[in-house]
Amino acid sequence: MSYRSLKLAGLSATIAVAALVLTACGGQPAAGGDSADGGVSGSVVADGSSTVAPLTEAAADFFRDEAPDVNVTVATSGTGGGFAKFCAEETDISNASRPIKDEEITLCEEAGIEYTEIVIANDGLSVVVNPENDFAKCLTVEQLNTIWGPEAEGTVTNWNQVDPSFPDLELALFGAGTDSGTFDYFTDAINGEEGAIRTDYSPSEDDNITVQGVAGDEGAIGFLGLSYVEENPDSMKAVEVDGGAGCVAPTAETVQDGTYSPLGRELFIYVNNASYAEKPQVKSFVDFYVESEAEVAEAALFIGLTEEQKTTAQDELATLG
Amino acid sequence: MRTLQDSLAGAPTMPLKTGKAHGERRAGPLIFLIVLWLSLAVAVIFLLTLIVNLLLEGGSRFGMPLFTEYPSSSPDRAGARPAILGSIWVIATTALLTIPLGVAAALHLEEFADKKHWFNRIIELNVQNLAAVPSIVYGLLALAFLALIGVRDKNIVIGGALALSLLILPVIIIATREAIRAVPSEIRDGSLALGATKWQTTWRQVLPASVPGIATGSILALSRALGEAAPLLLLGALVFVSFDPNGLLSGFTTLPIQIFNWTGRPQEGFHELAAAASILLLGLLLLMNGLAIFIRNRYQKRW
Repeated sequence: MSYRSLKLAGLSATIAVAALVLTACGGQPAAGGDSADGGVSGSVVADGSSTVAPLTEAAADFFRDEAPDVNVTVATSGTGGGFAKFCAEETDISNASRPIKDEEITLCEEAGIEYTEIVIANDGLSVVVNPENDFAKCLTVEQLNTIWGPEAEGTVTNWNQVDPSFPDLELALFGAGTDSGTFDYFTDAINGEEGAIRTDYSPSEDDNITVQGVAGDEGAIGFLGLSYVEENPDSMKAVEVDGGAGCVAPTAETVQDGTYSPLGRELFIYVNNASYAEKPQVKSFVDFYVESEAEVAEAALFIGLTEEQKTTAQDELATLG
Repeated sequence: MRTLQDSLAGAPTMPLKTGKAHGERRAGPLIFLIVLWLSLAVAVIFLLTLIVNLLLEGGSRFGMPLFTEYPSSSPDRAGARPAILGSIWVIATTALLTIPLGVAAALHLEEFADKKHWFNRIIELNVQNLAAVPSIVYGLLALAFLALIGVRDKNIVIGGALALSLLILPVIIIATREAIRAVPSEIRDGSLALGATKWQTTWRQVLPASVPGIATGSILALSRALGEAAPLLLLGALVFVSFDPNGLLSGFTTLPIQIFNWTGRPQEGFHELAAAASILLLGLLLLMNGLAIFIRNRYQKRW
């Protein structure tokens, strides 16, 4: 290493910096709008719930075939974090696995952000048992909590502990692992707190393993996404769930009309009205998203919208112009 | 990466330092030697298990689509192209930001600053301590800084590079100081005696002589930055980017974030993709560490 080679290194570093800065200035996409060839371009920024993210990602994935010049980015700050950014005008779309809260509404109002809530898909969980099981036809939320609560760990091991009328049969527990939205949702709805669950069950990130587990053990009980039950009717039986208003069987319909509570819910996107009106790329992406919700929901393993839900969404978008 | 470096650096030198080589026969040193070998074995076994596991799971997905395809909702047509390009952009920017600054700071502290002065001693203490601060704290720092200067989109290349630069700057300063300290004072004295100024001595003698050490330290620091996800997640890292990053203000994602995102998906295909991307990341890190070792062995001077 001589003085000369050091100087050369310094020079090349300077050139590299200059090149970086130049591309940084020159390569930036235009603020958005219609490009010369008639297609839209620009960026669409989405953030929020990690449960809803796969839906928006799937929509962005399909949208690339329609408008390759539009850059859609999706981040997963969580529903709350997403709203914080949304109300600071940092994002165009906020993914949410629950409706916006009062304090978040205030936050947006103070910042002068107007938005539109759109139901984009339905999410349903089913509790399943072995096909041989003929006594657990309907379970209340309290009974599910007895089985799955953190305090049940090591103590609740038999079906007759759940209800005295149930037979003396060992419980075998299967369910989603901690990484999935299914896990977060189930623990929140049944045990009252996201992530709170007994640890002595067989978790799996792959719901198909849960299917096999439930199919192979007479005393089994498990929870998984609704679509799996419809695909595997011979391996397991879905249990009706009583959330306080009687026993409701989990079907796409009961999830869509909201009667399958608390294990059925709506998933939302919140669209910034100003972005929708002023940025053609945001308008065409959101329109495309709602239009192709069925394919998007299928790709992301969720339940699509009803005709009514879809019409409502499209009507609301129409008023935004 | 510490395990890897230990195993690479430790393996060849260890037998030379044992008591056995000098003909000692007492039990104490022998037991200690066995303990050392066992520790080494544990580290290597964990690494091997990880690599074999990754190869088995991700091997089938490790191919061209991983490099050329964009993320997708279907694992069969998803790839890590934006993440790979994003990693390159961020690491290159980090290197350009950090190395000149780190080397200059180290030169000042080592050659020019009065080491007895209380102010310089505080700086020295600070640099040592900063090297041990958890990486997520640097993410917070970068986030606060970007918010302070009013940047709205914080998940941009320059923002990520800033966080990683803060993270590895102390490491580079310390490595550079070690390299400079290794240059014997006779070289400096000789140069000064021949009439060179302090600046000429530093620029033409001390710095060129310590370049191998600086390069090794910098590459190891950059490889640490390459594997980081925590500070970038704090900046609101994007998990879905369907375009190539094209500038300092462009949104980006990096390989660790992409891997993190894929492992959280329910579909098995995404887990295989995550493993394939991990193989790529591990390969890159091995390559960088190998380069650092090569430079050290090839150019290191013995005075």
